Amino acid sequence: MTTIDHLNPPIGHMADNVVGFARALRAAGLPVGPGSVIDALSALQLIEIGHRADVYATLEAIFVKRHEHALIFAQAFDLFFRAAEDWKHMLDSVPLPDHAKKKPPPASRRVQEALAQPSMREEAQETEQQELRLSVSDKEILQRKDFAQMSAAEIAEVTRAIANMKLPQAELRTRRYQPDAKGLKLDMRRTLRSSLRTGGEIIDIRKLGRIEKPAPIVALLDISGSMSEYTRLFLHFLHAITDARKRVSVFLFGTRLTNVTRALRAKDPDEALASCSSSVEDWAGGTRIATSLHSFNKLWGRRVLGQGAIVLLISDGLEREADAKLAFEMDRLHRSCRRLIWLNPLLRYSGFEAKAQGIKMMLPHVDEFRPVHNLTSMEGLIEALSAPPPPHHMSRIRSAA
Amino acid sequence: MSTSALPKSVDGMLELLNARGYFAERSLATVAYLSLRMGRPLFLEGEAGVGKTEIAKVLSAALGRKLIRLQCYEGLDVASAVYEWSSAAQMIAIRLAEAAGDTDREQLSSDIFAERFLIKRPLLQALEPDVAGAPVLLIDELDRADEAFEAYLLEILSDFQVTIPEFGTIKAPQPPIVIITSNRTREIHDALKRRCLYHWVDYPEAERELAIVKSRVPGISAKLSQQVVRFVQALRDQDFYKSPGVAETIDWATALTELDARSLTPQLVGDTLGALLKYQDDIARMQGDTLQKVLKDATSEN
Repeated sequence: MTTIDHLNPPIGHMADNVVGFARALRAAGLPVGPGSVIDALSALQLIEIGHRADVYATLEAIFVKRHEHALIFAQAFDLFFRAAEDWKHMLDSVPLPDHAKKKPPPASRRVQEALAQPSMREEAQETEQQELRLSVSDKEILQRKDFAQMSAAEIAEVTRAIANMKLPQAELRTRRYQPDAKGLKLDMRRTLRSSLRTGGEIIDIRKLGRIEKPAPIVALLDISGSMSEYTRLFLHFLHAITDARKRVSVFLFGTRLTNVTRALRAKDPDEALASCSSSVEDWAGGTRIATSLHSFNKLWGRRVLGQGAIVLLISDGLEREADAKLAFEMDRLHRSCRRLIWLNPLLRYSGFEAKAQGIKMMLPHVDEFRPVHNLTSMEGLIEALSAPPPPHHMSRIRSAA
Repeated sequence: MSTSALPKSVDGMLELLNARGYFAERSLATVAYLSLRMGRPLFLEGEAGVGKTEIAKVLSAALGRKLIRLQCYEGLDVASAVYEWSSAAQMIAIRLAEAAGDTDREQLSSDIFAERFLIKRPLLQALEPDVAGAPVLLIDELDRADEAFEAYLLEILSDFQVTIPEFGTIKAPQPPIVIITSNRTREIHDALKRRCLYHWVDYPEAERELAIVKSRVPGISAKLSQQVVRFVQALRDQDFYKSPGVAETIDWATALTELDARSLTPQLVGDTLGALLKYQDDIARMQGDTLQKVLKDATSEN
C-alpha cells in the first residue's frame, strides 16, 4: 500500500489533481468530458484515498470507456501520480499524440492551391460548367480510364464523381417492425387504439412491416507498395460511403492491420485521409495478407461482422509468401461474413490469369471477384452491392474490364 | 430472502463476493462497490466466460435482492423488453362494455389502458418497488441487441423511468442495481458507456482461477485442480480463435472429476478437449506436438 500525500488534504488539492489528470488524459487522446471529472471527484470520496490500487480502479472505471484506452490510462496514471511535487511538470511532459500537436488544418493546402490558380474566380461556377465542359466522349474516357494513369486534375475529377456515388440504403431486413400499411404482421396495439374512436368497433386494421436498413460494410484495403496508385482513390471511395451510412468499418493492411474507421468519419475528405495516413505505420510497404487477415479474424471479425456484413477485400493479392495459412484465414473470413467481394485492380488486364500463388490461394474463398480500377467498375460495384447476394459460390464477373 | 446492507468499503465488497464463491479481483470489487454507492450502472466487457454474468447473480443472492435478467438479442424491441398491452384481454373488455351498452369513448379508453392490461417485461419490472430493496437488473450481452434498442436504454439508465404513451410515466422509487455485460461482438455507443462505470474483465491469473475451481468443483483433488489450471492458463497463451474462459475451466474440471481422473493424461485430455475449445480449428491445432508440450508443462512439477 502506497500513501499518496498529494491526494490527501490540504483540501482542494484533490480536485486540482483530478482536473489536471483529466486534462492530461484528454491530451493523450481519451475522450474525457467535464461530467467524468465530477463523477471522479464524487467517487473518490467513497473510497479510501490512501489505497493506490483502489484509486486506480476508480479513476479507470470512470475515465476509460474502451478497453483499448486502458493502456494509455495506465501510463498516464503512473506518470501523473508518481510524485506529489512535480505533477505539474509531469503534465507538460505527457507525450502528446500527433493529432494534438498544432499543425495547419488539412484544408489549407487546398486553399493555397486554389489561391495560387489565376483562374480561381472561374472555379466558383465550376459545378454547373463541369457538365458542359466535358463533352460526352471526354466523360466516357474518364469513366474508363485506369486510376493508375490519371493526371492530378483527372484524379480530382474522379474524386468528385466518387463523392457523388450513392450506395443503396436498404438491403437488409432486420427483425424489427415498424408501422407499414403493406406489412404482413398485425399491429394490435395501434388497431385497438384506433378502434376506440369508433366505440370499440375495429374498422381499419393496422399492420407492421419489417424495418430495412443498410447492411454493414467492412472494407479491407491493401495499402502495400504495389497498390499505391489506387489506395488514395479507394480511400476517397470508402470515405464517401462512410459519410453516407453508419455501419461501415474500414481497415488498412500492408504488413500489419490498422483500423481507420474513426479516422474516416471526419466530414472533410482531406482531413479524414490525413488522419487515416497518420495512424498507419506501414504505408506503401510490403504485403503480408495472411498475417493481416489473421489479426482481423482474431481481433475484429466477431466485432464487426456480426450483423450480416458484406466484406470488400481490396487487394491485388500479390504476396510472395503465400501458404496454407493464407487459404485458412481466407476461409475463416469467408465463413464469418454474409458476402465476400474481392476487388482486384489487376483484373483490368484482359489476359489476366490467376498465376500468383497468393491469388490462387484466395480465389476459392470469395463470392465475387471484380475488377476495380476505373469509375465504371466502381459504379458496377455499387450496383452489385444493391443486388441480392448471389448463391454462396464464386461467380466471376469480368464485364467491365 | 433476507436483505443485507450494502457493503461499506471495497474490502467489504470483496468479502461479500468471496463468501458466495466469487473470487473477484480487487479492481472489479472496487468498481462494483462504487456502482452500488453511486447508483450508477456497471458496464462489464470482456471475453465470453470470464464471469460477467455471474457477478450479477452473486450480487443479487448476497444482497437478497430479486434478479431480473434481460437477455438481449437482435431485434429485441420495447414490446419484449419493457411492456406490452394484452390485446386479447382488452378486446374482451371492449366486447363486454359493448354488451353492457356502455359506449362512452373516453371511459372506454381509460378503462382498457389500465394497469391490469399492461404486461410488464423485465425493464419495467426492474423499476417497480420491492420490499427487499431495488432489484438487480442484469442486461446481458447488450452487444447482441441492435443500436435502436441501445438508444432506448439511454432514458431508462439515466432517469430510471419509462414513458408509456397511453398510461403515463413510471419512475422507479429506488433505482435498480444495473449490470450490463457485453462480449464486444460490436462496439457499444459512447453515450451509453458514459452513463456507466466501465470495467474490462480479464481472465483470472492462476492463483485466483485455482481458488475458483476448488470452490466450484468440490470433489476435485489438489493435484488435478492444479494441473487443470496450469493447462488452461497455457492454452490462453496459444494463439487460439477462442481461448477458454473460466466457465470452460469449471466445465472441464467437472468433466474430469466425473471421469474419476487423478491426473491429466494425453488420452484423457484428447477425449475431453471439447469442454475447453469450441472451434474445430482450435482443436485440430491442439493435436500432436502442441498437446504434448502443453501437457508436459502442466504436469511437470507436481
